[in-house]
Amino acid sequence: MDSALQARLEALVASSPIVVFMKGTKLMPQCGFSNNVVQILNALAVPFETFDVLSDMEIRQGIKEFSDWPTIPQVYVNGEFIGGSDILIEMYNSGELKEKLAVALA
Amino acid sequence: MVHPDQVRAAIHQALPDASVEVEDLTGGGDHLQVSVVSSAFAGLSRVKQHQLVYGALRSELASEAIHALALQTSTPNA
Repeated sequence: MDSALQARLEALVASSPIVVFMKGTKLMPQCGFSNNVVQILNALAVPFETFDVLSDMEIRQGIKEFSDWPTIPQVYVNGEFIGGSDILIEMYNSGELKEKLAVALA
Repeated sequence: MVHPDQVRAAIHQALPDASVEVEDLTGGGDHLQVSVVSSAFAGLSRVKQHQLVYGALRSELASEAIHALALQTSTPNA
């Protein structure tokens, strides 16, 4: 990956405590998996930023390499990749997500 | 699209002890639900566990032969 793209991705994941790379926007998710993540974060009433990968092909491919993760959505907490839709659902159901985000936002 | 047997074979190649269940959610072969139980996951974070499975299916995911993959991983004792 070229260093300009790497730097852009690093800046994006660090732009807010919770950052979601998704298809579509918070109000109009374009994919069921992205929608799952938005609904979970809304349910926890935490502030989060989103980046619509459909608006930027370079980021859409680059973020997959960046995290070594082949799918969208991707959720970052304090710059750390914590998972996609399946893992978020699992962490939400176990209560682990609420705890992790409370700590991250403290 | 891929056949569930191809998915099972690819995962077994990477994780020989794995028990794999593949469900074709739409009948179209590109929206799959896969659950994998393997001792290779012991001690790994969920992200690392999923990365092992994604790694096994890298070419199918990259080509979008598999468009959507709902994945669950666990260890035999969990």
